[in-house]
Amino acid sequence: MSKIAEDLLYSESHEWVKVDGNVAIIGVSDFAQGEMGDITYVEMPDLDDEISAGDDFGALESVKTSSELVAPVSGKVIARNDVLEDEPERINEDPYGAWIIKVEMADKSELDALLNASAYAELVK
Amino acid sequence: MDNSLKLTCLHDLHVELGAKMSPFAGYDMPIQYSGIIDEHNAVRHAAGVFDVSHMGEIFVSGPDAESFVGHIFTNDVRPLPPGGILYGMMLYPDGGTVDDLLVYREFKPDHFLLVVNAANIDKDHAWILEQSAGFDVVIDNQSDAWGQIAVQGPEAEKAVCGALGFPEAAQLSFYTFCDLVREGRRVIVSRTGYTGEDGFEIYAAPEQIRAWWQALMAVGVKPCGLGCRDTLRFEAGLPLYGDELTADISPVMAGLGMFCKLDKPEFIGKDALVAQKAGGVAQKVVGIELADKAVPRHGYPVELEDGTQVGVVTTGYHSITLEKSICFALVDTAYAALGTPLWVRVRKNVFPGVVVKKRFYQTNYKK
Repeated sequence: MSKIAEDLLYSESHEWVKVDGNVAIIGVSDFAQGEMGDITYVEMPDLDDEISAGDDFGALESVKTSSELVAPVSGKVIARNDVLEDEPERINEDPYGAWIIKVEMADKSELDALLNASAYAELVK
Repeated sequence: MDNSLKLTCLHDLHVELGAKMSPFAGYDMPIQYSGIIDEHNAVRHAAGVFDVSHMGEIFVSGPDAESFVGHIFTNDVRPLPPGGILYGMMLYPDGGTVDDLLVYREFKPDHFLLVVNAANIDKDHAWILEQSAGFDVVIDNQSDAWGQIAVQGPEAEKAVCGALGFPEAAQLSFYTFCDLVREGRRVIVSRTGYTGEDGFEIYAAPEQIRAWWQALMAVGVKPCGLGCRDTLRFEAGLPLYGDELTADISPVMAGLGMFCKLDKPEFIGKDALVAQKAGGVAQKVVGIELADKAVPRHGYPVELEDGTQVGVVTTGYHSITLEKSICFALVDTAYAALGTPLWVRVRKNVFPGVVVKKRFYQTNYKK
């Protein structure tokens, strides 16, 4: 059974969002890392890239598969977790600690389309 | 689980170990237990065991057995002694590959065992039967009656001789086998594998295979799934039928011409291979090493710097042992020479690479 952090929002494609004022901190869920297996590479956007909700903003690679990262919100990339370049396994070890990017949100109302923890728990049950 | 999937004799033990299961070749098979990287490293540095009971065992016997096997198989069984094994292919007349397989010459005269890929058992059996018209042979597909495990890695010999009680295995050289009897039943132990390491493949009745699997678990041999079976064979430069060999990819295109003996009087597909050798082939399977960590996957385009597509990736990984991104790709022959710069498109980006030898990892067979 995968863990679900209570205080986060989730997309149906298994990204999580932590809201900090106007900033969305984005990672992937415990369920997602479990399905992927050992993650070997994280493809991230560049700083200042504009990403759009619903579009790919990068990808995770495990030994066996690739999985695109889908933006849960739109906005400008203001930080990347560059530690993941050398230690992608941190996503396996601590999926809710190992954030991938931070985005300055263009439209906070997009958050309304995301799932809360209990709705996400239903999705992955 | 899909109820139409077949189960190997070890299925319940995989589930008990918590394996991630997935359909493969019509069977519900373990992909991984502890994780692909952990299992891969166990085989490179210690020992791992694979359930390969899904593989096919087709026995050919009769007065014409040797000439018939020689007719359908690219390698030359005539000089092969009893207890010897050869790798090779069965081909269509146009040189396309029906399957790649191992041929065992048994200790009884005029008896051979053909070990074929699980996904191809029915196709191969039908093909062999069809070709056997006019030959005095008996074709016996015993695939469902045999279980099989592969014990692989530098400590495989210790496990097979010790924990399993097969001291005979230590005497085997690479690509030979011995025929044993345990509990009144036939057991085949061969020094073969699909990992680039020393190791053994053991064929026996399902109950015996179950007991030996559990004996290997008890001494700490790591259970290994199909996930690392693929990463291991790939690093060792070994092809997988469906990726590097297909009905459209001949052994000459795949760079496996050394397993096709064109000095034999005849075999199905020989004329096509002779023509391919003489006139060249349009495409070849090559190795490509990328400078970046991005992972080339099956089906990704291989391009020139200007974006012209000249090939496609057949298998690719971020190599666990070598820690770099490498792939096999089928590319136009003009770009197949070692050192040729090529680019691989990974989603929206292209990454530069260079053609390298396909044996990415130096194998450790016991000769």
